[in-house]
Amino acid sequence: MAGFFKSSVGRKVAMALSAFFLMFFLIIHLAVNITSLFSADLFNELSHFMGTNPLVQFALQPVLIFGVVFHFVMGFILELQNKKANGVSYARNNGSANSSWMSRNMIYSGLVILAFIVLHFIDFWFPELNVKYIQGDMSGMHNGEYRYFHELVEKFHNPLRVGAYVISFVLLGLHLAHGFTSAFQSMGSTAGRQKTMQQIGKAYSILIPLGFIIIAVYHHLNPHH
Amino acid sequence: MNLTLKIWRQKDSSSKGQMVDYKVTEISEHMSFLEMMDVLNEQLVVKGEEPVAFDHDCREGICGMCSMYINGEAHGPDRGITTCQLHMRMFNDGDTITIEPFRAAAFPVIKDLVVDRSAFDRIQHAGGYISVNTSGNTQDANAIPISKHAADEAMDAATCIGCGACVATCKNSSAMLFVGAKVSQYALLPQGQVEAADRVKNMVAQMDLEGFGNCTNTGACEVECPKGISLDNIARMNRELLKASI
Repeated sequence: MAGFFKSSVGRKVAMALSAFFLMFFLIIHLAVNITSLFSADLFNELSHFMGTNPLVQFALQPVLIFGVVFHFVMGFILELQNKKANGVSYARNNGSANSSWMSRNMIYSGLVILAFIVLHFIDFWFPELNVKYIQGDMSGMHNGEYRYFHELVEKFHNPLRVGAYVISFVLLGLHLAHGFTSAFQSMGSTAGRQKTMQQIGKAYSILIPLGFIIIAVYHHLNPHH
Repeated sequence: MNLTLKIWRQKDSSSKGQMVDYKVTEISEHMSFLEMMDVLNEQLVVKGEEPVAFDHDCREGICGMCSMYINGEAHGPDRGITTCQLHMRMFNDGDTITIEPFRAAAFPVIKDLVVDRSAFDRIQHAGGYISVNTSGNTQDANAIPISKHAADEAMDAATCIGCGACVATCKNSSAMLFVGAKVSQYALLPQGQVEAADRVKNMVAQMDLEGFGNCTNTGACEVECPKGISLDNIARMNRELLKASI
């Protein structure tokens, strides 16, 4: 089995496995965040649970971090191998004649997502780690109430940040538009080539980023709750 | 038709190549692309210049030898054809046509538009066969029951002529459509089962060794393949390797 993951096919399978995990994570992340649109209390409760539950923090979170890092590192390794396999480039290459823009530019949409994750960690994750594990305040409270919803709204005050998030989510959508069905193919399944799964993939790659965009824009436009 | 051709000229594998412009006149729209190249080469010979080297053999669309990258596409802008079956009526009078060799690190240029595709042969040697006892006791293939569906799919995979258009057109220079087809044509049939696990392992290992890239499922290979080999064959190869490795 070790030999399998060293092969080109095996690496693509590993890439697809991490992709499925990350796509599942996106659904959970969106499901939690979307509650902020209609109930600050529910959003606070869920955020506090996710942020303090030992199972989430010390079992699921490390797996998630590994999945994210693996997907990026393997993506770069494969891209470098592919560049090396190319040799001399064509003077004229008509890529749009036979493939989609999304499929040819996964590395670029991926790089934008990587830049977004750095920004997102600086915005939310690092401050959260600081409060919880460096200052040691696990209460999730600030001035007698849960701080999560307030922090979220505060972050989307800056239009530049909202803009950066929206652009990143659009690129995420383009990445998913190819990645969703492609992951099935890498796993050896032809399901991704069938119409129903392609429609599910299309819906997923539009609805997930759109959900995140709506959340960011909504809180920007409604700063005073 | 009068045309301007931009053609990759390279003296030998160790020389640096470059694009060179040529004019050809009075080209009939009924000519095949290779006949147009013949006309150019006749003109070059008359002028005492070196003719453009290009691969060709049957000129019937089945041998897989012709291998040009025309206007940014393997075997040119038409679908389901090799370069010999591409006709000049696909172009317009006054067009500039870019002609390059198939590009991939694993397909080194030998001269001009001729590339070395023997990497495909080595992948085939690694497992693209079945071992049949030919002592005189060989079972009649027609005596083995095979479903129509499996037989058709195996035949579809077996129509791969190994031209290398899939590699040439792939942004990653991946050979997975070729290897997928060669693995599939046996994986679908009872005769291929005995060596199935070793076949897929050895062929994928040889493919990686030759320096072909990784499939990112753009689907370009399937579109440009002269024989319309389906991307499903890559999924089947992945499945076969998973099965053989677990």
